[in-house]
Parts: sequence; structure tokens; C-alpha cells
Amino acid sequence: MQEIQSLMAGFAVAMTWFNLALMLAGVTLGVLIGVLPGLGGANGVAILLPLTFTLSQTPGGATSAIILLSCIYWGALFGGAITSILFNIPGEPWSVATTFDGYPLAQKGRAGAALTAAFTSSFIGALVAVILITFISPVIARFALQFGPPEFFAVYLLTFSAFVGMAKGTPFKTVVAMMTGFALAAVGIDTVTGQLRLTFGFTELLKGFDFLIAVIGLFGIGEILLTIEEGLEFRGTKAKLDLRVVLDTWKELPKYWKTSVRSSVVGCLMGIVPGGATPASFMAYGLAKKMSRDGEEFGTGKVEGVVAPETAAHAAGTSALLPMLTLGVPGSPTAAVLLGGLLIWGLQPGPLLFVENADFVWGLIASMYLGNIVGLIVVLTCVPLFASILRIPFSIIAPVILVICAIGAYTVHTSIFDVWLMLVFGVLGYVFKKLDYPMAPLVLALVLGDRAEDAFRQSMLGPDGSLAVFFANPLVGTMTGVSLLLLFWPLISRALAIVRGRNGRGG
Amino acid sequence: MNHRTTAKSLLAALVATAFSALTPAVAWEPTKTVEFIVPAGTGGGADQMARLTQSIIGKHNLMKQSMVVVNKGGGAGAEGFLDVKGAKGDPHKIIITLSNLFTTPMATGVPFNWKDLTPVRMLALDQFVLWVHKDNPAGTAKDYIEAVKKAGPGKTKMGGTGSKQEDQIITVALEKQSGAKFTYIPYKGGGAVATQLVGKHIDSSVNNPIEAVAQWRAGNLKPLCVFDNERMPYKGKVAGQYSWNDIPTCKEAGVDTDYVMLRGIFMAGGVTPDQVKFYVDLFEKVRQTPEWKKFMEDGAFNQTALAGKEYADWVAKAEKLHEGLMTEAGFMAKK
Repeated sequence: MQEIQSLMAGFAVAMTWFNLALMLAGVTLGVLIGVLPGLGGANGVAILLPLTFTLSQTPGGATSAIILLSCIYWGALFGGAITSILFNIPGEPWSVATTFDGYPLAQKGRAGAALTAAFTSSFIGALVAVILITFISPVIARFALQFGPPEFFAVYLLTFSAFVGMAKGTPFKTVVAMMTGFALAAVGIDTVTGQLRLTFGFTELLKGFDFLIAVIGLFGIGEILLTIEEGLEFRGTKAKLDLRVVLDTWKELPKYWKTSVRSSVVGCLMGIVPGGATPASFMAYGLAKKMSRDGEEFGTGKVEGVVAPETAAHAAGTSALLPMLTLGVPGSPTAAVLLGGLLIWGLQPGPLLFVENADFVWGLIASMYLGNIVGLIVVLTCVPLFASILRIPFSIIAPVILVICAIGAYTVHTSIFDVWLMLVFGVLGYVFKKLDYPMAPLVLALVLGDRAEDAFRQSMLGPDGSLAVFFANPLVGTMTGVSLLLLFWPLISRALAIVRGRNGRGG
Repeated sequence: MNHRTTAKSLLAALVATAFSALTPAVAWEPTKTVEFIVPAGTGGGADQMARLTQSIIGKHNLMKQSMVVVNKGGGAGAEGFLDVKGAKGDPHKIIITLSNLFTTPMATGVPFNWKDLTPVRMLALDQFVLWVHKDNPAGTAKDYIEAVKKAGPGKTKMGGTGSKQEDQIITVALEKQSGAKFTYIPYKGGGAVATQLVGKHIDSSVNNPIEAVAQWRAGNLKPLCVFDNERMPYKGKVAGQYSWNDIPTCKEAGVDTDYVMLRGIFMAGGVTPDQVKFYVDLFEKVRQTPEWKKFMEDGAFNQTALAGKEYADWVAKAEKLHEGLMTEAGFMAKK
């Protein structure tokens, strides 16, 4: 097969000591970036982009440069899970769903297991995505071209639908939380009309509510407030501190193969389309909860609940590079920065990149395999180290977390206003917890609300602007149909039960 | 004593004058890190240009202090412009512009104007090209516009980046000139627009060369005309046998519309001429590097690069042009 040959050539390019050292450096740096909330992969890569410029001017240097930057990205994908699990603070947007079960696991003293599951699933998701990129990228590129505004809206609808009903509270509370999220997402500039909305003349509100700041506040600060109220405790002391936990968890993981496969598929699709890693992780979690046998217990600390979002997020994050390479469309914010990097280095992403810069492309693809292996080794060996952080008494770690949160909120837009905003969201998070409102729908609506709105209104702008566009072709029709089915499943299943019940009585 | 002080300061002044005449090296230089603000998100055209500049300055040691690129894209760039407007007298902050320098305050009413800032220099002008899918039967811009007219108002979709910004303004100018009517669909980025055109979700776009070139070379899109009053000068073969120079101007193609986008540098208000001069010279050095020249050619930029009064005049004229088009299209914010 021609692909294997090209891939081998790619390995020859990527496997130099220099490149391997760059991978190690990139992954380590990426993990740090992923750990710091606020300083996301996109920011981290953007900051380091100029440093690679000189490197990229040497022969074969562009490959080394992309290896360094993409490994930062892999590192950030791995690292995002760490603080989600340990402190309930998502380091990256795509690790919000990881907190749902990861944090309860850590509270039960199984932080090591949760981390191992997260890292291993990330690796598997990435591996599936890379294999996909290696062998069927042209086919996938064509598939991505099918996506116009109605298709994108259907994808977002599918994400929301897959997620609805996972909150335990009353449906009313879920709706309130979700609507709050939509309202917050609407603040700022409106893509379709180019007008400012809901800013009330405050210049600070021009940029809208950044999802990261909301998440840092709602989850991180909210959790700390709650812990303060409930009293200090050394809840991490039970955490096991040797590498055996990795092997023990690995024994458990094969049980969840169905979830892994499903999440990989969801992740790859969302990355290619490109919908992004964040919706992928939410959708995978939602689907796992609905389809798994233990679905009811999700949210109380199930390893499967960590496997689903992490596999999907990493699969999506990795496959997001595919539309970037083949179409010149970034599949994620980080991919957008990498795309800029390619242009600055004098390469032209697009359909001809595979032909004209085969060395570069296959070097990059080979480095995806290697980089993820390096990444997995780095993070797994650190599992005991990370888990031992929980042994530090809360009275010491809490101020540290507060400071890190504040720095994180500040870095998002280098704005001090955001730090105050984070605190406000912290209080909101505390109130939500106290009143038993679910936060996940709010977060989901905040991150996808404006994108879904844009896609919907773009669909409606056409000359044939009617709801029929969502059923106009088999692709969008299927997605919309499945979404509606998922959305109304609780009602449908109840109706079915009633009908059956009657039949039963009648008979 | 008073006398002596006067005499002393007079002497000092004399010495200083003599010194500055002899050694022009005492000219102003940044004393701390320079913030390069991009009033748009990471990964877009302005961001690429800023980060390339940062890379070039670093590589060739053109400045003693370092430079950081900061994205402030909130409110269609208003966040970035307001930041520089508020930094009156701060010589360590520069900003690169898109057309949102004009369009954002006009469309949203956010209070800032280029006159609040100090013009430094123009770096280049970004071109716009009318693109259609390769399967589109139209061979020239004229054919295409006729087909749009024939289809009837609102039947043809023009995709572009953002709303009430450059892409939509060009669409409006095109409509005004030709009488054709498009349905304008705003997207968030130029790359997405090009892909939407390849996937036939829209009928045409006015992408920058750099945003659509990959799809042109792959044979998926074809350019009809460039919205400038002269053809692009680049004669190297880009797509098959064609070069940028082979694309006719829209005027030649019978659709007399032109529009270029300013890629220029501004500083905060209230800075000294010395400080402005430093950046004018710095960017001149950047423009002379081979890396910059290659970038210009890859992106088929119009390399006009005015400075000083000519630059300010150009900006003032561009503002008038935008005001006219925005008013006509009904895009101005209600006062």
C-alpha cells in the first residue's frame, strides 16, 4: 500500500534525535499549558509560534517546527484532564465533561485510576484518528465538504440532544441552566448582523463571556467555596502512590471497549466536520450515559464516564488537523494557529499539500504516532506525582488553586476584568450547587450557543429559508432525525411504556 | 544664582544640540517589551501578519526589546482599538488594522475613530478576488453578474467573513455597480468561506488571494476578477499555467468595482514624532527582508506602503469611502 510506504518515509523524517527531543519538550510544555486553566492550547501554540520561525527556515526545519507545535497540542490535550480530575477545574474546554466522573473518582480516592483512564483513552482516541488520517484522508476531506450551515446546525442539535436528560435535577432546572447559558453566549458581537448585543454600553462586555472564564469560576472557585463551607479534609490521603495503579486500571479498561469505539467515532466525525473537541466530548459523554449499562450511575465516579469524553476529545483534537491539512480549514482554535504557522513558514495548506510537501505531511503524520506515544509515557509516569498533589492539605492547596485560577482567567484575554468575572461565576457556581441546578447544560449552551445560532441563522438566510433545509438531503435529514429522536426519547419511551402497559392490561 | 542656572542650562542645551547633530543614535527606542495588538482572533490574516513581523524582528534582531502579539478581537475588533485609544502617550503599544478600523465604529457605534490614534505606516494592501466554483458556467465576471441578475434578487448566495465588514461591503458595492442582488451569508473565517464555496453551499465569494489560493491550485475554484484598479503584479505560475497577473481587474471584466483592505500600523494618540519614526523605520527594515517579500508574493498583496502624511491622507480617503458605502447599504449604527 502506498500509504504505508509514505508513512515509513515519514517515520524516517520524524525519527531523528533532534525531532524526538523536540517531541519530548513539546509534550511536556503542552501538559503544563493544559494544566493551567485559561492558557489553552491555542494560546500556548500562538505564543511559541515565532520561536519556530528560525527553525523553519532550515532544510527540513518546517517538519521539526510543526512537530514541536503539534506536540504542544497533544500535551495540552493530555494535560487538560489533570486538573479536571484532581480539583474539578477543567484545564481546557474539552475536559469539562471529564470532571463529571473524574472528580468524584478522585474524591473516592481513585484519582490514579481516573488519570490513567483519561490518559489511556486520550491515547486510544488519538491513535484511531491518526490511523484514519493515514489511510483515508482524501475520502474524509470530501465528506467534510458536504457540511453547510444546515449540517452544522444539525451537528450542534445532535450534541444538545445527546446531552439532554443527563442532569439529575428536574427538567425545569436543566432548562433554566441551559437558557442562562444561551443568554450569556448571546452577549457581544453577533456574527450574522454585525451588531453588538446585550452589552448595555459596557466596553468590558464587548468580547462577550468567554467560556473558559465561566468554567474556571463555576467549577474551580465554586468548588473551593463549597469545600470551605463543608470544612477542611484531607480527602486525597487514600490515593495510591505507585505505578501499579496504572496496570490495575488497564485491566479494567477493556471492559469499556464499546464506549471507546463509539467515542472514537464521535470524536473523529466531530474533528473532521469540524465541530471541535468540546462538543465531541460532551456528545460522547451523553451517548455513553444513555447507552451504557451503568448509565444511571454516571456522575458518581465511573471510570467509563472518564473514558468516553477523553477518547472523543483526543480523537476530535487529532482529526481536527485533517481538514487543516487537506482543505486549509482549521478544525479547532489550535489548528487555526497551526494553519497560520504553516503559512508563515511558507507552506500552503490545502488539497495539494499532500502532493507538493509529502515529506512535511508524512513527517507530521508519523510524528502524531510518535508524539502521542511519548506523551502517554510522560503523563503515565507522572500519575503518582499528580495524584500525590491531593495529599497536600486543603488549607495549603486552596490558595494555590485560587491564584492559578486567577492567573488563568487573566491570561485568556489579558484583562483584569475577567478575574472579577471569574469570581462572580464562582459565586454563581456555588449557588447553583446549593440549589441543585446542573451546571453542565449552562456550560454546554455557553460554548455551543452562538455557534448553533450562527449556523441556524445562516441556514435561514438562503432564498429557500424554511425549516425544510434541515431535511433537504439524506445527510442532514438523518442527523436532524436522530437528534429529535434523542431529544424526545424520554417522552417516547414513556409513551411506549404506557401503550405497552395498556396492551398488557387489555390482554 | 538664577543667572548661573540659566547659563548652565543654556550650555547644556547647546551641548545637547551639538550632540544630537553629531550622533543621531540618541533617537528614541523602546525601553520595554512592545505590545503588538491584533484586533482580531488568532489564525486570521492580521494575526498571521503580526506574528510574521514578530518572527522577522526576532530573527534579524531589528529591535533590542522584545515584541509580543496580543489578540484583542472582541466586539469585531473594538476591544483592541479601545485599548490603544485608552493608552494615550504609551509608545510601547502598536496595532495592526483590518477594515474594521472603519467599519466597526460605523456599524456598532462603539466610540473610536482612527483620528484617536497616530498613523505610523501602511504595510500593504490586501486584495479581494471574486471566486466561483469551477463548475460555474460563467467564464467572466460579466457573465456571472448577468447570470445573477437573471436568477432574480436574493437567489444567489455570496459568502463572506463577518457582517457589515469588508466582504459584505464589497458585495454591496458590486450590487450597487451592477444592479445584481445577492443573499449575503456571513461566516466566521475566510478559510471556512472558501471551503463552503468548494462544497457548493454558496455560489461565490470575495476571498483574499491567500484564503482561496489552495483551492484554486487544486482546480476547485476559479477566480473571475480582482477588485483593484490594476492587475496583481505577480507573474509566477500559481495554478497550472495561470499566474496572479492573469486575473483581470473587475473593471476590465466589465464590473467596475474596486476595494482594497488596509494592513497598516497605528500607535496610541499623544506620542512624539521620534517614537513614530522608530516604528516607521522598524517596519521599513521588516519590509526589506526576504521573508516578508516571500509572504507578500505568496499572499499576492498589493505592496503599496505609504508613510507619513500620504498615509494619513489615504486613511482619511478610505474612511470617506467606507462611510459612503455603509450609509448607502443602511449599515450605519443609529445615532
